[in-house]
Amino acid sequence: MDVHKVLVVEDSPTMRQLIVFALKRIRGLKIAEASDGVDGLKKLSAETFDLILTDINMPIMDGLKLVSMVRNDPKYKEVPIVVITTEGAVEDRERALSLGANEYITKPIQTTTILDTVKRLLPL
Amino acid sequence: MSRSSDDNDRSTYSRGEEFLQAFKKGAEFTQELLKENEKLRYRVLKLEEALSQAGGEGGKDQSSEAVQLRQRIEELEQEKAEILGQIKEIEEENEDFANRYVEIEEENNMLANLYIASFQLHSTLDFKEVLQIIVEIVINLIGAEEFGILLLDEKTNKLEPVAAEGIATSDIPAVPVGQGIIGEAAETGENYFIASISGYVRDYEKPLVCIPLKIKDQVIGVITIYKLLVQKEEFTGVDYELFTLLAGHAATAVFSSRLYSDSERKLSTIQGFIDLLTK
Repeated sequence: MDVHKVLVVEDSPTMRQLIVFALKRIRGLKIAEASDGVDGLKKLSAETFDLILTDINMPIMDGLKLVSMVRNDPKYKEVPIVVITTEGAVEDRERALSLGANEYITKPIQTTTILDTVKRLLPL
Repeated sequence: MSRSSDDNDRSTYSRGEEFLQAFKKGAEFTQELLKENEKLRYRVLKLEEALSQAGGEGGKDQSSEAVQLRQRIEELEQEKAEILGQIKEIEEENEDFANRYVEIEEENNMLANLYIASFQLHSTLDFKEVLQIIVEIVINLIGAEEFGILLLDEKTNKLEPVAAEGIATSDIPAVPVGQGIIGEAAETGENYFIASISGYVRDYEKPLVCIPLKIKDQVIGVITIYKLLVQKEEFTGVDYELFTLLAGHAATAVFSSRLYSDSERKLSTIQGFIDLLTK
């Protein structure tokens, strides 16, 4: 079975744990965690990931900046990015998608939605 | 003249004889024809009977086969109806199973979330950290945008705000136990949910939701919610369960961390006295 690497970028340890715990239900995933955008970029440069899940509201570097920088990196031009956020306004969604995010999931966290989205975006 | 007369007589007799012979032959021939006719008629009759008999038996066979086929069709129709009925029942059962699966999946997800939430709540004895974890859980799992956490001050018997999200903690007024919706929820230990979310305008004394933080029957505080995230239009069945289960874990975590903080403070004070006395 192929192993797919997923990076979860979320500043809240509780929410990070929730997302990681949910993702562990999908077989064949290797999950890494980052606590903000800068930490996420470090992890992305150190190894290659097949999918990125990121929050928007984070200290140091927010999720939208991260999405923009990742999309400008040829290495990650085609890698799916999923934004998971409390921001539910239409303009927030459009902005994230225009910057290069593939999916936009709003909180409160719905485990099924996250799992379905990841399964759809990865060739599992 | 007499000789001639005799000759005439003989000639007439001879003709009469010939005629009689011819007549007899004709009569015999007629008799034979009649007999032959009789025989033929009899034969025709027999053939007609045979034919009729043969035709009748074939019809009977066909009729019997048709009856059997009709019965078989009826049986098959009945069987088909029964099978269709069974398929319908199976489809209904299948739908029930699918719905049940979704419900179980939701419950499973909720329990998994609760497990992580309680794990995080009990992962620290730092009071501020515990409050921060409660805030994160209420935002991310419940979907609240504006809310406060009020804890009971046993000296004043009032609920004092200690943390808030989306609003300033100082904006939330202290509430005496037993007074108003919040005070009553603290007194009775019963969850409060507003009847209808639509059209609600924030009122610190009348929140959307008020969840008492309980350890067994002892209420140590409340969570009051004033606004939900824009995408969260209403509460689901899972939310009500989550509120109650979460409130129990949050209460224990708050109580433990408070006790620990108090004991740490006292220990620090005692240590200070000891240091003063021993130095």
